Amino acid sequence: MQELYHVAPYTGYVYPNETVFPWGVLIVIYPYITGLVAGSFTVSTFYHVFGMKRFEPVARFALLTALSFMIFVPTPLLFHLGHPERALNALWTPHLTSAMAAFGYTAGFYILLLMLETGFIFRQHIVARAQATTGVVRGFYRILAFGSDDVSENALAYDRKWIRALALIGMPGAHILHGYAGFVFGSLKAREWWASDLMPAIFLSSAVISGIALLVLLYVAVAKVRKFALDNECMRGLAYTLFGFLIFTLVLELLEFVNLIYKGREGIETVMALIAGPLALGLNIQLVGSVIPLVVLTVMIWRKTQGTPLVVGLTVSAALIMIAVLAMRWNVVIGGQELSKTMKGLLTYHAPIWGREGIVVAASVFIAPFFVLWALTRLFPPWDAGSQRA
Amino acid sequence: MKNKTHKTASGRRVFLGKLGKVAVYAGALLGAARGLAKGESSAAGSFPTADYDWTKHRWGYGVDATRCIGCLRCVEACKIENGVSNDAHHFRTWVERYVYLKGEDKPRIDSHSDPQNIAAAGSQGEYRFDNRYKDAEVEKAFFVPKLCNHCEHPSCVQVCPVGATFKTKDGAVLIDHTYCIGCQYCVQACPYGARTFNYEQQVTDKCTWCYHRITKGLQPACVEVCPVNARIFGDLMDPGSAIRKFIRENRVQVLKPETGNAPTCFYIGIDKEVS
Repeated sequence: MQELYHVAPYTGYVYPNETVFPWGVLIVIYPYITGLVAGSFTVSTFYHVFGMKRFEPVARFALLTALSFMIFVPTPLLFHLGHPERALNALWTPHLTSAMAAFGYTAGFYILLLMLETGFIFRQHIVARAQATTGVVRGFYRILAFGSDDVSENALAYDRKWIRALALIGMPGAHILHGYAGFVFGSLKAREWWASDLMPAIFLSSAVISGIALLVLLYVAVAKVRKFALDNECMRGLAYTLFGFLIFTLVLELLEFVNLIYKGREGIETVMALIAGPLALGLNIQLVGSVIPLVVLTVMIWRKTQGTPLVVGLTVSAALIMIAVLAMRWNVVIGGQELSKTMKGLLTYHAPIWGREGIVVAASVFIAPFFVLWALTRLFPPWDAGSQRA
Repeated sequence: MKNKTHKTASGRRVFLGKLGKVAVYAGALLGAARGLAKGESSAAGSFPTADYDWTKHRWGYGVDATRCIGCLRCVEACKIENGVSNDAHHFRTWVERYVYLKGEDKPRIDSHSDPQNIAAAGSQGEYRFDNRYKDAEVEKAFFVPKLCNHCEHPSCVQVCPVGATFKTKDGAVLIDHTYCIGCQYCVQACPYGARTFNYEQQVTDKCTWCYHRITKGLQPACVEVCPVNARIFGDLMDPGSAIRKFIRENRVQVLKPETGNAPTCFYIGIDKEVS
């Protein structure tokens, strides 16, 4: 019996049913992954929609990153469900007042959009591959090229139109997908720590910084492995956007926090005890992981840092932000449940290592997209300057 | 050529006509099926069972906290009647103890699932409050039975992504265990901590007011066993029912009214610290 669930220790008074956490570390990873999708897609739109040339070197890679992570967005949820085989009930018979009922549709629509966008962006390359191969491989590439091997200027212009349109639709798509995740938490009046109107906005802006940070780390790592020089202008662009969105995120988070404290509703003492107690480590990680990058980025932008110092400073900032955003997801998802609904007690969550909802499964769900991304870059080479277009 | 076109057009018309008929029949069948599912068939008065009509009742629950002695027979009866997991973390109903000690302005609160109380009981499958305050100067103390509030506007029903949990016409909030996907969003959304996850069945679980009993004219198990009538149950549609009398003769209140959930469990004798 005991091995089926983990009982959380508590102080004060909590309802008897609260000692088993409904949502564990898998649900921490879920918004983290959707955030990375929304964030990296945003970077690709900087180029594909806003036409910012300096983001060209990473734009196509950013799209592949979004696709790789998007494929795994449903997995933490499926691992979490008591009856994953009934997951599609939410599609066949969606309950329209439930925010969660929108997930299948939004995710399905968005993954389709990402696949189409990828297909159009890499179609020229795919056609070349199809023509250079035979048999099954050729057939496979022909399907990816939407069955057309027309790469005339006319056809490419048509592709470009689709690329722009899909990127344009994808922007609200990505942000709805992730804003929705914020709404799932923010709309619950039962939990004081979650019930904030700012929650979807905070989820979104933190998603953008996590996505930019992930791309910085991947771009630097790939350049090291593939031995190509990092594009200085692109790195500066990433630094600027990271800086801007970081400030926006921190302001929103600060506003939410100050609002909660200032309103001082019933049970505020317990909220303060949560901050000083079970959630202290997570909040400190979030704070340090946000403030150090803010200082580093401010100094670098002030001094117009270039070259290697920029690479080092940006990489360190990006790594810290990745950690800070993960901590933020933990602090929201776990923190909300550590604060008892009685507002008179605190629980402490200890993530199990093994089991369906353990750290090992959650970490695997997070790591798996990197392998898919590697495979996708084999199929659709994003760094190949020859096929760089659109 | 002309003739052929004409023939094709008329063929198409015939086909469309047939299609239309099929659509009408299918629509009628679907409508009938939906009507049946909603209990609105011509055989009204026979839903959800042959001899029970859920449109003729409106159940309500009362808790008289001034009467509760914390004997916990209700918790035991509920677990047995409904096969609730026999441990200290899964309850369809529970009892809270509030104790104000002399010189303290906040109550000390515990329930039978408190480790000290489990130690006193001897196991998680037995229920009792220990005697920890026997040497203390108690200024005020009382027990508060808790259960699902079967809200008029239940947050759990609002958030269920598949509609597995629903409000019945006679006022109960129930779960279809064969349709629940086990996401536990409802567990999060309930402001009262009334929902729990059944790990054997991997679905959410909650109080049903013993729906299988009340639809047969019986009382919920917890009400049946309460030795002091601290738990009151009845039909709000019946002016002579125990619950109507309870509401009429007392100044009742509900838990956490600020949520807007509008519970249909009514309390008397509770204190500001009860939430």
